Amino acid sequence: MAHVNPVAETLEDKLTQELGYDDHFHEHHHGDKFQSNFLTTYIFSTDHKIIGRQFLITGIFWAFIGAAMSIVFRLQLGFPEADLAWLRPILGKWIMVNDAGIGKLDPEFYYALVTMHGTILVFFVLTAGLSGTFANLLIPLQIGARDMASPLLNALSYWFFFLAGVVLFLSLFLSTGPFSGGWTAYPPLSALPQASDGSGAGMTMWIVAMALFVVSSLLGGINYITTILNLRTKGMSLWRMPLPMWAIFVTAILGVLSFPVLLSGVLLLMFDRSLGTSFYLSEIVVGGEILDRIGGSPILFQHLFWFLGHPEVYIIILPAMGIVSEVLSVHSRKPIFGYTAMVYSMLAIGFLAFIVWAHHMFMAGVNPFISNFFVIFTLIIAVPSAVKVFNWIGTIYGSNFRFTSASLFGVGFVSMFISGGLTGIFLGNSAIDIALHDTYFVVAHFHIVMGVAAFFGMFAGVYHWFPKMFGRYMNETMGKIHFWGTLVGAYAIFWPMHYTGMAGVPRRYYDGGASFDAFRHFEDLNRFITVAAMLVFFLQVVFIVNFFYSIFSGKKLTVKNPWGSNSLEWTTPIKPGHGNWPGKIPTVQRWAYDYGKGGEEFIPQYVPLKEGEHDLGEGH
Amino acid sequence: MAALRQEYNQSKIHPHKLALWVAIGSIIMMFGAFTSAYVVRRAAGNWLEFKLPDIFMVSTVIILLSSVTIQLAYAGFKNGKEKQYKGMLLVTAVLGLAFVVMQYMGWEALNQMGATFTVNPSSSFIYVISGLHAAHVLGGIGALSVALTHAFVLPFKPTLRRKQRFDLVVQYWHFVDILWVYLMVFFMLQS
Repeated sequence: MAHVNPVAETLEDKLTQELGYDDHFHEHHHGDKFQSNFLTTYIFSTDHKIIGRQFLITGIFWAFIGAAMSIVFRLQLGFPEADLAWLRPILGKWIMVNDAGIGKLDPEFYYALVTMHGTILVFFVLTAGLSGTFANLLIPLQIGARDMASPLLNALSYWFFFLAGVVLFLSLFLSTGPFSGGWTAYPPLSALPQASDGSGAGMTMWIVAMALFVVSSLLGGINYITTILNLRTKGMSLWRMPLPMWAIFVTAILGVLSFPVLLSGVLLLMFDRSLGTSFYLSEIVVGGEILDRIGGSPILFQHLFWFLGHPEVYIIILPAMGIVSEVLSVHSRKPIFGYTAMVYSMLAIGFLAFIVWAHHMFMAGVNPFISNFFVIFTLIIAVPSAVKVFNWIGTIYGSNFRFTSASLFGVGFVSMFISGGLTGIFLGNSAIDIALHDTYFVVAHFHIVMGVAAFFGMFAGVYHWFPKMFGRYMNETMGKIHFWGTLVGAYAIFWPMHYTGMAGVPRRYYDGGASFDAFRHFEDLNRFITVAAMLVFFLQVVFIVNFFYSIFSGKKLTVKNPWGSNSLEWTTPIKPGHGNWPGKIPTVQRWAYDYGKGGEEFIPQYVPLKEGEHDLGEGH
Repeated sequence: MAALRQEYNQSKIHPHKLALWVAIGSIIMMFGAFTSAYVVRRAAGNWLEFKLPDIFMVSTVIILLSSVTIQLAYAGFKNGKEKQYKGMLLVTAVLGLAFVVMQYMGWEALNQMGATFTVNPSSSFIYVISGLHAAHVLGGIGALSVALTHAFVLPFKPTLRRKQRFDLVVQYWHFVDILWVYLMVFFMLQS
């Protein structure tokens, strides 16, 4: 597995000495001052590598909670008659035990679980856990910088995320329960504290958590953009950057432009809740009482929410795309197919992300003529997406593919992205959406294309860069069990949902639609999905065990560049200290994807071009 | 693509200045969302029409003036004119505070003419948008007070580092000024 290229190892030192850029970093002793004890090294660190790992481990914590919640509501959907009294020690009064001793999930809490599952997975795991981890870890290492543009803002970004997590976690223990009106927080359920149990204190804490989360995202995003534009090492032109850098760059721009809009929407929601304004509320009766709110429009919130909400799904998937591009190219030992097309397709996706939001609102009373506009742009997204899929397949086609856990998850990502992307074409048509909206077809679509696919991208990244993070390998056998089980299991969960959805089974029902005669025969299928979900859940426990076991007892790294990769992060010491490179920063002489060129297996970015050699990144 | 391909050089824009530009872009999106919501909501009808109190015109003049004075302070700092630097900085801070006080008086005037916070979204929007803008001005006054401390506590020495820091304050202050002018023009065109 370990790739040793003795020529490159010694050549590296020579070239760094000769061509490296001396920024006199180590002449000032700013490193040690801030990292003198355990607390400043591992907890309140401003070092990007530590902050990246903090994001990852916090993300894993939230992923476990979010996934466990899904198991509880899947139990309810698959086995509605089952006795859940055994969950009482954990869920307490949310399990209602009747006289016969049979425990049932409180319907109100079912909605709270679904809401929290969505909020946690979308924001806390796949936004903060995914881009937070890899942006922080990789940006300075791959572009050749000592740290982020502002290490302090970077640390604050993590701690605002942490605080958001604390607030949301505490809301789980409220006697009225956490917010239960869906992760999209549509008014009036979110705007009127008396609307439901979770709409009171639960919703207030949800808003506070989201506001803190937005601050965290903005601080992070501003830093990522500035660092990528401003702190690249000598020779690292934008067109020589590895693709994860482009992906994170576009992601950060999307975040910085769309999260403030969510903040605006949520701010107006707060005023509606607490100060009696009527931005979103109109002629409404709650519990027989006519409220004096007039003139508001709940659709306005949907517009503001989805103006963030749609870019948000690309904020989730773009980093995964970047990671997978890198991992597939390195493990195929081939240059990435169509580097320039990869960059332009990401830019195109980033642009289109802002003009398709109303496809989430086709059935909310949006003018059908306006819908046409959104249908067309939504379907156009298929073009850059197809370009990317074609390029990934082109990259692995005919290659001497290394079947590692990382590369397998990369291929799994492509599979999931195709399967989930195709159903997006169904849902993007406003006419077909009349039948399919709010059914399990939608659930299947977005879980495959942005849930499972993004997770696969994240796993590919974790297995690939784990040696850089912790100086040890993860266990490959457990990794492969994790991959094959999750691949088969994830399809087993979500494939059947396409059928139930096309048959019309509505989502968001406590009994999974069983109260309708037409849907009663899906009982077996629901049970099958639940069993598959539990199996997949236990496979993720395998991953978590592997992760933490390998941090302390994994096989130790003995070479700097275990995968034979070209990018700069593998030129740092096995355990890089503060400032990443002990001496000069290497300069960049070529793009990041010279694999199998001119008889060499790989040519790292610091190796100068030979006479007459053409740089493939710049020369598009 | 020429801009994308720039080679490495040390005279690039300072990272903190670039970060502030990105943050300004982010703030623009937030106010863009509010004004778009205003337009969409207004088109839906049931909209209370009223004229903005005149005091908002006065506050607009005040904040425009403060942009001129901070620019003069910056010029004084660069050209080694200590008196102009200190004096104009102080005037800017006073004008900034005066602006916030006038916005408050504007809200009082709105309240008195019946355009209260909750009577109709048309007035709610005015309070929310101008209130949030005032919060950003207060943030600017916070930055100004740091600059004031530098000016009056530290010995006068126009080093590169101090120039860069002061430059950030100036950049942000001009931004909240232009933002208010945009909002004011927007309100006047809409009403």
